[in-house]
Amino acid sequence: MKLTRDGIAYRVACDLPNGSYVNLGIGIPTIVSSYLTPDKEILFHSENGILGMGPVAAPGTEDVDLVNAGKEFVTMLPGGAFFDHSLSFSMIRGGHLTHSILGALEVAGNGDLANWRTPGEKVPGVGGAMDLAFGVKNVWVTMTHVTNKGKPKILKACTLPLTGPRCVKRIYTDLALIEVTPEGLLLREFAPGLDPAAVQAQTEAPLRIASDCSAMNVPENIKGVPLAA
Amino acid sequence: MIDKTFKSCEEAVACVPDGATIMLGGFGDPGLPGRLLEALRQKGTKNLAIIHNGAGAGDWALGGLIKDGRIRKLTASFPCNPGAIAFQELYLKGQVELELVPQGTLAERIRAAGAGLGGFFTPTAAGTELAKGKESRVIDGREYVFEKPLRADFAFIRAHRGDRLGNLAFRKAMRNFNMVMATAAEMTIAEVDKLVPVGGIDPEDVHTPGIFVDRVVHIARHPKLVEITGPK
Repeated sequence: MKLTRDGIAYRVACDLPNGSYVNLGIGIPTIVSSYLTPDKEILFHSENGILGMGPVAAPGTEDVDLVNAGKEFVTMLPGGAFFDHSLSFSMIRGGHLTHSILGALEVAGNGDLANWRTPGEKVPGVGGAMDLAFGVKNVWVTMTHVTNKGKPKILKACTLPLTGPRCVKRIYTDLALIEVTPEGLLLREFAPGLDPAAVQAQTEAPLRIASDCSAMNVPENIKGVPLAA
Repeated sequence: MIDKTFKSCEEAVACVPDGATIMLGGFGDPGLPGRLLEALRQKGTKNLAIIHNGAGAGDWALGGLIKDGRIRKLTASFPCNPGAIAFQELYLKGQVELELVPQGTLAERIRAAGAGLGGFFTPTAAGTELAKGKESRVIDGREYVFEKPLRADFAFIRAHRGDRLGNLAFRKAMRNFNMVMATAAEMTIAEVDKLVPVGGIDPEDVHTPGIFVDRVVHIARHPKLVEITGPK
């Protein structure tokens, strides 16, 4: 089995502790907020000057002055705050956010991250990705384990230009949960039905196996949305 | 009496010469001074250097200026935003210069200029291709990159409320780059949704004090989104 995009987001949501201050990148990270349980109070940050951001606005209720970093109309939760870009990036660069959930093109065994320059891109753009990679304490990556051509994305060394060196702390994929440690990559969990050898076969960088390494505890679906298939 | 108000965007931007460097606030539509840009476009001003987070969208405001070939240089963090078709075309033809800056570094370079600083050391981008050619220094065991201040001839910004002294208050996510840009240009021109009497913004609620603002233009906010932001 593999986790779906929602499944990866669900697995991340399970690990975010109560009281976290989190920036969600575009793509799979955006879905993470849908899977938080009500027992946790977590504040979401958006680069353009929002803390305490709520879900995307329902059609007809959009506020023209309230968008997230992906330019979607969003809402606010009670206790939220607005501020300018300077303060927003003080939160990021100054290490005040606890978690940055980012997509990735490649991650290396030492935690190097490449996610800002895509092969074949026409115009480069970096946005806030480097500030997040360098500034946030816990950089967690969500991605598919291999490319759509089946090539590993977790490599011995990144081939694409780096967003940040040695910044990734955890990798959540459709096949595994991997921790980046000073000794290299540590396999903590694998998708239901797989085993560590199957994950290693699709990972270029060497994996050590955690002593308590186990199958992921992810339901097959939640409210009709498949998490693993 | 101080009166920084101008009756129209056309009058407010009349002094902007060809070749000017202009900071442009806004992130997406919130806080984007689209009407000031449209006035500049109508005026025919060209050879501009623009400092903005993205590269505009469609053929309105910044997108329109780029489409009309009025931009010689763009300093931005995310010029590959969807909709920035005009910029992409010019860039691929080699007809516009791009200086790519990480978003937080862009904001801080502008802040440094406005605060009278000669630059700063940031960890962002150290060891990456965006740090190439820049001075770096190890401070307390961590590598930092030196970034210079970024200033401009003009800042075009948008706020929710303004008064004739130039005091501004923003609404929701409008602040973004507008607050730092107001501090870092020779002349700051603000378009505001509402013009209020002096004292109409409680001092507790002034986000950008009027000392940073030179011109204020009232642009009545239209209730329909499309009228505010221009065609998508």
